[in-house]
Formats: sequence, C-alpha cells, structure tokens
Amino acid sequence: MVLRNVYLLRRSWPRILELMYWPTVQMILWGFITLFFVNHSSWVAQATGILISAVLLWDVLFRGQLGVSVIFLEEMWSRNLGQLFVSPLRPIELIGALFTMSLIRTIIGVGGASLIAIGLFHYSIYDLGLPLIAFFANLIVMGWSIGLVVSGTVLRYGLGAESLAWISVFAVQPISGVYYPIDVLPPWLQHVAFVLPSSHVFEGMRAVLIDHTFRTDLLFNALVLNVFYLGGGIIAFLRFFRAARIGGQLVHVGE
Amino acid sequence: MPNPVITVERLTKRFDDITAVDEVSFSIAQGSTAALLGGNGAGKTTTLAMLLGLLIPSQGRVSIFGEDMLRHRYRVLPRMNFSSPYVDLPHRLTVRENLTVYARLYGLPHIKPRLARLAHELDLEGIFNRTYGQLSSGQRTRVALAKALLNQPELLLLDEPTASLDPDSADYVRSYLETYQADSGATILLASHNMSEVERLCDDVMMLRAGKIVDRGTPRSLLDRYGRQNMEEVFIDIARERYLELGGEPRKAAK
Repeated sequence: MVLRNVYLLRRSWPRILELMYWPTVQMILWGFITLFFVNHSSWVAQATGILISAVLLWDVLFRGQLGVSVIFLEEMWSRNLGQLFVSPLRPIELIGALFTMSLIRTIIGVGGASLIAIGLFHYSIYDLGLPLIAFFANLIVMGWSIGLVVSGTVLRYGLGAESLAWISVFAVQPISGVYYPIDVLPPWLQHVAFVLPSSHVFEGMRAVLIDHTFRTDLLFNALVLNVFYLGGGIIAFLRFFRAARIGGQLVHVGE
Repeated sequence: MPNPVITVERLTKRFDDITAVDEVSFSIAQGSTAALLGGNGAGKTTTLAMLLGLLIPSQGRVSIFGEDMLRHRYRVLPRMNFSSPYVDLPHRLTVRENLTVYARLYGLPHIKPRLARLAHELDLEGIFNRTYGQLSSGQRTRVALAKALLNQPELLLLDEPTASLDPDSADYVRSYLETYQADSGATILLASHNMSEVERLCDDVMMLRAGKIVDRGTPRSLLDRYGRQNMEEVFIDIARERYLELGGEPRKAAK
C-alpha cells in the first residue's frame, strides 16, 4: 500500500504541492496578523466589524472560486464530460453555466452566514450599503477567474490535481490584505498585492468602515484588474480544453 | 460513394510514441450500419472520439454531413449522438432529470412527450424517478441509449452498445436499433467486441488491428474470404494476422 501511494505521489506534482501548501500559507497569514496587532492595538476595539466584514467578503472570493471549480469537478467525478462535449454545448456556454451556479451558491452560502452574523454579533455587513455590491462583484469575478484556471488545470492534468480547487485561492489571501492593511506587507510584496483585485477591495472595505469613505480609485483599479483576470481565466480554460482534446483527457478522465 | 455521411481521410492519432490510429481512411454511406471491429487497443474508441471531436487528430481529416469536424463541429453535433460505456451520467440525478438536461442541451422543443416515448420504448418507466447511481449496469446502458436517441440523430455512434446487458435485454436493444434505423434512415457506426451483434446489425464491417484497417466488407464477404462459419472465427483470424496470408499486406479500406 505504501508503494502504491509512492507511485501516485511521484507521478503527481499537485499532490506534492498540497503537502507543503497549508503549513506555509497559514504561517505567513498569521505572522502578518500578529505583526499588525503588535503595533496597532487600538484596532482591536474596531476589530469585530472589520473582521466579520473581512471574513464574509473573503468567503465571496473563496465560494466564487469553489463554485466554478467544484461544479466542474462534479462533471469529471461522474465521467459526464464526454457526454457534455458531444452535445451542442460550447465551452463558453459551460463557462456561463459555471458562473451562474457559482453566483447562486455564493449568495446562498455567504448570504446565510451574513444573517447569522446579525443574530450572533449584532453586526450587519449590509450596513456597508451600495459599496457592498461593488465589493461582492469584484471578488466573485476574481474567484471565477481563479476557478476557471483551476478547472482547466484539473481537466488537463487529471483528478490528481483536484485539491487545487480547495487550496489555490488561499495563495492570494496573505497578500490580499483581508485582515490587515496592505502597508503591513514588506514594500516589495505591496507591489505584488496591488496587482490583485482583492487587495483593492479589502482596502476599500476598510476605507468605508474606518474612514466612512468610498474610494472610487480603488474600485476602478479592481475593475480594470478584473477585466484582465476574467479574460485570462477564460483564455486559460479554453487553452486547457484544447490541450485536453489533443491529449485525450475528455475521453479518459482520471488521475 | 454518393453522399457519404462520414468521410475519414488518413486519420492518425499519436500519443507520444504510441500510434493509436494509423492513417485510417474510410467513408460510410447514408443509411448504413457499419462497425469498427477489433481487439482491445485496436483503435476503435480513439477513432470514434476523433469522429465526435472529443479528440483532435494528429493528422488527417474527418468530414461529417459534408462539414469539417475540426472547424464546424457545432453545426454537426445537433444531428448526431453517441453512447459509450466509457462515459457516464451524473449519479445523483434521476433518470428523468438526466434526460431532461440533455433534451435541453439538444434544444428539443417538446421534451415531455419525447421522454415518455423513449421511456416506453426502452422500458425505463419503472426506473424513471430513480437516481442514476442506483441503477444496475444494464439499466444504465438503456438510459445511455435513451440519451443517445433523444434528438433522433441522423448519425448514431455507439461504443459497445450492449455491453453489460443480459442476452434478453441485448436482443431487445438490437431489435430497437434495427427498427430505429429502418424508420429514420439514420446511419449507425458502432464499435463492438460482440460478433453476433455485428453479424446481425451491420452491412459494413471494418476490421481494425494496431490502429489500421486491415480488412473490410460485409459480414458475408468476410466469412467467405476467411472460409469461416461466424464472425468470431474471422475476428480470431485477424487477431492472429491471418489477413497477411490472404492479402500479403494490411489492406487500405476501400472508399
């Protein structure tokens, strides 16, 4: 049995990556959180609203990505892809369906959690007002983009890469400034953070909650970046799809 | 051949250093029932996958209803359908739900009466509201056939259409296919290991070995050529390369 799993591990780089992934990401994330609170203890007083908003908005990104990836994985698990792609369904139509299902699942999941937050903590994320719609839209579009890249990767490299669906989005969490401002990051990492739409959204969220200001410049940055992210995600998925048609992965779905 | 439904020219598929299909050429006449016959790994499923556009050939051309499948497959797919034991349907959906999804994908205008008719003809009424995952393999084969017949295809590609069926059910399915073909004038191409099925249904048999068509003819002409009583003996002759004694070289199938 050990040998069987060694064979599997040796042949699948995503499985090896997964082994190192969680400890590294968690260590980085909580390291930055600690660093921030050591120097800004006054934040703790406002932390409830900020942290709950951050957690809920982060979940929009996570559920948006997971909605696309898991729905796609369901088709692979049930060996249904071959049936789907001999029907008149075009890949771009499948992408549209994945986005729709992801939106529904995210609204149900995050919507439910936001109502629980009102009951438990007397905090309503809906107090953010109209900016909440802008935050939600930008985060879910970014999640869709990552979800498409993950789905394409699993299609091309097989179900051995499926764990990417659950872990990939966490790669951007430490540098998205979900729980702390971007200026906590080292300067070189701040440059990386600002090419993520999510970092602009979470900066914008803090501006609304702390300064009671809606930063249109941050919204504009997130929108422009998301145009590139979504375009890139769709192109990547279509390229992986074509590679799968060359490699035979639509016929033989597996590890 | 006047108005062939399928025209294949020098179709080749290589996976790294393995040539799964090797410069195969053939045409199939409208309204005929043809078979790709060969042992495991002969290239039957790979050939069908290229005809369907699930797999992009390394070289060669596939034309169906006069349309190039690489460039215009979405013009052709609504007019054809496919069934194979190598693909499946979502296990957690009921038979009715699965067939409804595919009926919508094919854009059927009157879904309920079509489903009712197929359920009656393929004896699915008793299992229509059961989830696909609960079905026996024989029941699943009948559901897959129902899915393949949803859009009343002019071209039906079937990979081992009676796999997993008991002799009585297999006979029923073969009779159904004969009736469907006679009533609709559809063209059927099937890949099979089942010699009696091929003998009964097909008027054109292509024998595949190691990715090449090594012989072709009606079941009667093949029996005469090899001096055998049934197709199973012909199959064994070809598996043991007796065609080389008859023709010297693997033959190219006649157009």
